[in-house]
Amino acid sequence: MNLVISFFTMLIGTAAGVLLGLGQISLILPVRKSSWFFTQLFRNSPWLVLLFIVMLTFPFEIEFGETIIQIPDWMKAVFGLSLPIMANISEVVRGAVQSVPTGQWEAAESLAYSRSQTIWKIILPQCFKRMIPPWMNWYAILTMATPLVSLLGVQEIVTLSRQAMEAENNHPELLIPFFGFALVIFFAYCYPIARLTLKLEERYSVKFI
Amino acid sequence: MDTNNWTSEQPIVSLKDVHKSFGTLEVLKGISFDVMKGEVICIIGPSGSGKSTLIRCINALNKINSGSIMVRGLEVNDPDLNKLELRKNVGMVFQQYNLFPHKTAIENIMMAPMLVLKESKDEVLSKARSLIRKVRLEDKENTYPGELSGGQQQRVAIARSLAMNPDVMLFDEVTAALDPETVKEVLVTIKELASEGMTCILVTHEMGFARELADHIYFTDRGIIVEHGPPATFFEEAKDPRTKEFLSQIL
Repeated sequence: MNLVISFFTMLIGTAAGVLLGLGQISLILPVRKSSWFFTQLFRNSPWLVLLFIVMLTFPFEIEFGETIIQIPDWMKAVFGLSLPIMANISEVVRGAVQSVPTGQWEAAESLAYSRSQTIWKIILPQCFKRMIPPWMNWYAILTMATPLVSLLGVQEIVTLSRQAMEAENNHPELLIPFFGFALVIFFAYCYPIARLTLKLEERYSVKFI
Repeated sequence: MDTNNWTSEQPIVSLKDVHKSFGTLEVLKGISFDVMKGEVICIIGPSGSGKSTLIRCINALNKINSGSIMVRGLEVNDPDLNKLELRKNVGMVFQQYNLFPHKTAIENIMMAPMLVLKESKDEVLSKARSLIRKVRLEDKENTYPGELSGGQQQRVAIARSLAMNPDVMLFDEVTAALDPETVKEVLVTIKELASEGMTCILVTHEMGFARELADHIYFTDRGIIVEHGPPATFFEEAKDPRTKEFLSQIL
C-alpha cells in the first residue's frame, strides 16, 4: 500500500509540479504570481496538516447522476501528499530551467523559435537530466513519509505492524522486531534510490559544456 | 514572405538615431547607418562601447528606447513587430556559439527549419547536408557539440543560422572565444559567405579581417559612431584622436 500511494502521489505530483513550475516562469504576470503563491504555500506547510485538511474536507463519495462512486481513503491520501510533492517538483523545474544558460534562450529566439517551442524543444530536454536526481530524492522522501497516512486510518505498513502487535497482546519486547521490520523494509527500498541519485548526480554534474 | 514594399535599391538594414539604455546607463546614444544588400559591415571599437548591444538590437534581442531600425522594410522598434518574421530574415551567430548541447550537429541545423518554417524533413536534411559541407564538417554530422572544438562549433552555428535562409547575418564577436589556430577556419567560412553576396554585419576585433573584407567600417566609442569609412581610408587616414589611439593600440 505504501508503494501504491507513493507511486500515484509521485505521478500526480510530478505532472502537476511540472505545470506549476512552468507557470512560475510564465510571461503572464497573474499566472506567474499565482504559481509562485501555490508553490510556496504547499512547500512550506507541514505534510500532516495538508493531509488532515484533504481527508476532512473531501467528500467520501461522488455522485455521478445515479451512480455513487466511493472514494477510498488512500486515494484522498494520495491527493493530500501530492500537494507538497507538486510544490517541491515545481521548484525543481523552475530551478532547472533557470540553470540553463541564457545563451540557449537567445540562440533559439534568434532562430525564430516561439517561446513554447523554445521551452519544450530546447530548454526542458536539457533540464530533464538535471531534474532526475532531485526528483528521485523527493520520491525517497515521499516514500518515507507515507506512514503519515496511517494516522488518518489508511491501512499501510505501520498500521499493519500495529495490528500485528495487538494480535500478539502488545508485548513490549515485540515492539522493536515488529517496527524494526517495517524500518528495514523502508530502508531496503529507499537506500538504493538514494545511492542511485548520488550516482546520477555525479554523472550529470560535469556533462554540460 | 515579402509582405512589404522593400526593394533591393533601398538599404536592407537602416538605423536612424538609435538610443538604448540599460537602467540609467545609456549604451547607444544616437546611432545611424545604412547597409545595402550584399555589403559587409564591420563594427569595431573598445569593449564597452556598445557594439554588441547595437548588433543585438538589430534582431530585437535587445529593445531600443528610441529611434528606428528598419530591416528589409520591417520596423524593429514597433511594439507590434512580428518578431518571427524579422528573425527569419536575420541570422545571428554568437560569441559563445550557443549550440543546443542535447542535439547533434546536423540536428542543430535541421531543427529550426523544420519547427519554424515547417519544411519537410527530406528537404531540410538535404539542405543541412549541403550546409555542413559548406562549413567543411561533413564528417561531424552526428557529433554532439560538446565533442567539437570551438571553431567547429562556431561553424555549425553559422550553418544553423544559414539554414533559415536569412537575408542578413549578424556576427557578434564570433572569433573572440576561439583558440588562435581555429579562428582562421571560421573567418574563411565568413569570407566565403560574403563572397556569395550575403549581407554581413560583424562586430569584430580581427582588424586584418575587417580590412580585407569589409566594404565599410564603423568605429564606435561610448555609444556613438566616432568615425567610419571604407577600410583603406579608415585605417590609413583616421582623423579622430580616439580612432587613432584605438588603432595604435591594436595594430
